[in-house]
Amino acid sequence: SRPSLSLTEIEGKLTLLCDAKTDGSFLVHHFLSFYLKANCKVCFVALFQSFSHYNIVGQKLGVNLTVARERGQLVFLEGLKSAVDVFFQTQEEPHPLQFLREANAGNLKPLFEFVREALKPVDSGEARWTYPVLLVDDLSVLLSLGMGAVAVLDFIHYCRATVCWELKGNMVILVHDSGDVEDEENDILLNGVSHQSHLILRAEGLATGFCRDVHGQLRILWRRPSQPTAQRDQSLTYQYKIQDKSVSFFAKGMSPAVL
Amino acid sequence: VTLSEGARAGIGRELGMLDSLLSLGGLVLLRDSVEWEGRSLLKALVKKSALCGEQVHILGCEVSEEEFREGFDSDINNRLVYHDFFRDPLNWSKTEEALPGGPLGALRAICKRTDPGPVTIALDSLSWLLLHLPCTTLCQALHAVSHQDACPGDSSPVGKVSVLGLLHEELHGPGPVGALSSLAQTEVTLGGTKGQASAHILCRRPRQRPTDQTQWFSILPDFSLDLQEGPSVESQPYSDPHIPPVDPTTHLTFNLHLSKKEREAKDSLILPFQFSSEKQQALLRPRPGQATSHIFYEPDAYDDLDQEDPDDDLDI
Repeated sequence: SRPSLSLTEIEGKLTLLCDAKTDGSFLVHHFLSFYLKANCKVCFVALFQSFSHYNIVGQKLGVNLTVARERGQLVFLEGLKSAVDVFFQTQEEPHPLQFLREANAGNLKPLFEFVREALKPVDSGEARWTYPVLLVDDLSVLLSLGMGAVAVLDFIHYCRATVCWELKGNMVILVHDSGDVEDEENDILLNGVSHQSHLILRAEGLATGFCRDVHGQLRILWRRPSQPTAQRDQSLTYQYKIQDKSVSFFAKGMSPAVL
Repeated sequence: VTLSEGARAGIGRELGMLDSLLSLGGLVLLRDSVEWEGRSLLKALVKKSALCGEQVHILGCEVSEEEFREGFDSDINNRLVYHDFFRDPLNWSKTEEALPGGPLGALRAICKRTDPGPVTIALDSLSWLLLHLPCTTLCQALHAVSHQDACPGDSSPVGKVSVLGLLHEELHGPGPVGALSSLAQTEVTLGGTKGQASAHILCRRPRQRPTDQTQWFSILPDFSLDLQEGPSVESQPYSDPHIPPVDPTTHLTFNLHLSKKEREAKDSLILPFQFSSEKQQALLRPRPGQATSHIFYEPDAYDDLDQEDPDDDLDI
């Protein structure tokens, strides 16, 4: 059976997506199309791929990013393009990726202010969108660009205070798990965001290696339940196969290819 | 609202070692992990302090005040003072609302209070403080706070201060964690198995051996502690990791161990019947100056020195 995440259960929540030894970007595409279809206002800090990449995949999942952007539902920060703009165009106000220009960039305040500006409720008289969502793909890129783990954690903290708490919206953040490779900063980042998360979806490659019919397994971990229960079902594990227009989930060992 | 003696004793019995956590005072480290979160236990301990009539201060850096107060009823919430470092801890909004002195300033202000009663301070979280402040500054502040009641020359008797610090183990290296651990009177490490949470409690009482205990528990929706016997699955047949394996060579009357020098001598010894090329050369060519063995014989008075060979009459 498919894991279901009903909308009412997860408002004002931070969901962490992480992948280890596999590509977890299918989760990003899923959440992007999910929230656009749910009529949410989405701010997507897309550092990893280009706009057209997300658009092509989004169309397979039934959403059109160009249209969403034009009607004001989607605010898209295309990291690959705007990183270049920081250097070659004069900006009046601080650019969200301002830290690329600065020798000792201490914090990601400009990026936070971009997010806050993108998702702040607009007094248009009618509520157009259901609730705001911040999507980030992916946070590990910020480490590669020279920010320290604590600075990135502070950025997430401020986003959480504004998006989750103040605006009662959701956040979905992707962080890669470096796994065997010793990357202390990434480990601090991953663990720090994990501790701030309500829900962790972890896509892992299979321990036995690559398989054509089972692409990996997904571990779902619920943290910070608002009502702690005596015996809570903390984590579930499913295996999955990515198809052209969807992802199919099944219990461990129950892939149709195997049965 | 104060509890009757009977009720207070009842709560004490129910909580066992977790109860004495707060009565000891000083710093209590709550070490949690991603898989086993510790904020529920922190809230349960905060609730217990509040029920005992103590004043409770929360330094909230990680969750909003609403979220922290959620689940507590109003008489507990009235006793909690929440110092909000969640909304704008780094003063990015540049408003006047920022609390002066930051979290450490707030901590010192709590301790300068004139009210002599016992106080519990909950740090949510100590990890946040450790990531944003130098470790030495933080340790000095914690030491000053938790040893406040031993301050000489203070005319007003200051009540016992308990500090509950939530520490996310994976975020810090062994150095800072070790420093905090050495400051702590009690360490509670959260863990568990198959949905059942456990707390490993290490207590350092002054002038006594440290004691440790593992307590299985769960937190009820109203944040009261429910102690349990253990996981419902069958107990593991393997030995308790806290008991070291018994060494059978400890109580023998002879020595089975070799010192380093002895071991080296043993390893370099050539066995007598091992024929090596050195031995061959030594036998073929006696080294000059090597003493051949002599037998010195002093005949007694009664000895019969017969020069004849007694074996001569043998016909072989």
